[in-house]
Amino acid sequence: MSRNNGMIRLEGIGKSFKVATRTAGLKEAAKALFARKHTVVEALKDISFSIGEGEVVGYIGPNGAGKSTTIKVMSGILVPDDGSCSIMGYTPWKDRAEYVKHIGVVFGQRSQLWWDVPVLDSFELLRDIYKIPEAQYKANISMLTEMLALETIVQMPVRQLSLGQRMRCEIAASLLHSPKLLFLDEPTIGLDAVSKLAVRSFIKKLNKEQGVTVILTTHDMSDIEALASRILMIGKGSLLYDGSLEELKGRFGSGKTVTVDYRGESGPIEIPGAAMLEWSAERAVYSFDPEQLTLAEIVSRLSAFVEVVDIEVVAKDIDEMIVRLYEEHKI
Amino acid sequence: MRAYASIWRLRFINGMQYRAAALAGIATQLFFGFVFIMIFAAFYASSTGETPISLQDLITYVWLQQIFLSFIMLWFRDQELFDLITGGNIAYELCRPLELYPHWYAKLLAQRFASAVLRCFPLLTIIFIIPEPYRMSLPPSIASFVLFIVTLLLGLLVVVAISMMIYISVFWTMSPIGSILMISVVGEFLAGMIIPVPLMPKWLQTIAYILPFRWTTDFPFRVYSGHIPVSEALWGIGIQLLWLLILVLAGRALMGRALRSVVVQGG
Repeated sequence: MSRNNGMIRLEGIGKSFKVATRTAGLKEAAKALFARKHTVVEALKDISFSIGEGEVVGYIGPNGAGKSTTIKVMSGILVPDDGSCSIMGYTPWKDRAEYVKHIGVVFGQRSQLWWDVPVLDSFELLRDIYKIPEAQYKANISMLTEMLALETIVQMPVRQLSLGQRMRCEIAASLLHSPKLLFLDEPTIGLDAVSKLAVRSFIKKLNKEQGVTVILTTHDMSDIEALASRILMIGKGSLLYDGSLEELKGRFGSGKTVTVDYRGESGPIEIPGAAMLEWSAERAVYSFDPEQLTLAEIVSRLSAFVEVVDIEVVAKDIDEMIVRLYEEHKI
Repeated sequence: MRAYASIWRLRFINGMQYRAAALAGIATQLFFGFVFIMIFAAFYASSTGETPISLQDLITYVWLQQIFLSFIMLWFRDQELFDLITGGNIAYELCRPLELYPHWYAKLLAQRFASAVLRCFPLLTIIFIIPEPYRMSLPPSIASFVLFIVTLLLGLLVVVAISMMIYISVFWTMSPIGSILMISVVGEFLAGMIIPVPLMPKWLQTIAYILPFRWTTDFPFRVYSGHIPVSEALWGIGIQLLWLLILVLAGRALMGRALRSVVVQGG
């Protein structure tokens, strides 16, 4: 991990929003006409980190944790209340127009393509907006078309594309101007398995071959496992964790869940060192720590009473780890 | 500049797709044109006093209003821009290396152009061949015609600058309905869209002359018919330019403020 050349440096970034609140109901709505109540929501609190060139960083956290807000601050869209941010020597919200020439952004839940016209028209518009030289544009188009398998779909109007096809076009659109830094805000949201894999392998290739620095937010742990060498975890506006996935797993994720399908008649079987989560006819679920108790021990213990038919072991997922981190940070 | 031209072009192509809407628009505008002219003709027939504008000029005034409706209507709105603000898609607009004000200005301009181009040619052919007194008349001189084109286009630029204010206000209000209603009802009345400015009482005319709205419609239409002579029209162009400057500068300043405190809606 090369964290010291500091392509991106955030220092004590804070951002709060004023939100008008009222309880439901006509009476309350009438009251709100005259006296509006506001609560201040702290979306980001003292966020600091630095990211080096060529890194792929997974930015994770539950809904409303502040992931998208951070991305928006880093891409120059939002102005933070305090703190400083330097990316490639620019302060994003101050030098916005100049700065954004060097970054690409994909918001998974929004579209940057023109809905009614063929994708290629949107691409050409972006070419003019970013003043991309013709040669570079042609080279990028042919590279992106090949890597993302776009040949057949770029001639189609956006409204006729499936979500997976559209997302591939969205990603291509944000890379036409050869940015050095790519922000992906939930790029795999709502995609099927095939499209997810295509997007992942593309991002990996892009990072390897072109050295593009990638920051992606996601709820999908397998995205992170496939792509990110480093994780930033945010919860309720605070940075909770900064390190590798393996470290995080080492801290919280050593626990596993085993689901055993069995044949035979038996009451619940207690296994010392494992917690029983479920016991029903033909199925038992335990959670255990592999360092304390091996899978073989569990199976042999069960085999003494019933016939084991099938075993499935699952590592703790990201949400559980976040919950554990929350507990640790008492928020 | 090329970027704005491209935005304009794409928007224009986009707008040209709506042929059915244009056909419906042509029918509606013909209908409204006839109704207005019939009303004014009836008024003039029973009028004994001196008329501030001849019926012939008035008919031209009405037809021009109908033909260039999409140039001058303040309620003519781009739902997409409102959705960008209220839905949060403005995020994408802000990660482009462009200033937002000219970016949106180009979009709005193109939309009005596309709509007008689709409608004006069929309408023009119809209203030049229908019988008197409904037929539209030609401008009195080449100079009037050239000045009409110039003032109409400047008027269009002013209209777009005024409507930018509506879009900017949505950053604060989060709903376009109030702003559209306020600006368009007051603005269109004072632009002479409901009662032509020359037929307004004197005190109301004074108000209309002070505000920018009448420079977008009333002024170019009366230049066309020669009701406003050439020498006066040249002065008017200066005033149009002044309004354009004021509105654009104010709009840019307001938008700058809006963007500093922008809240991108949604996740």
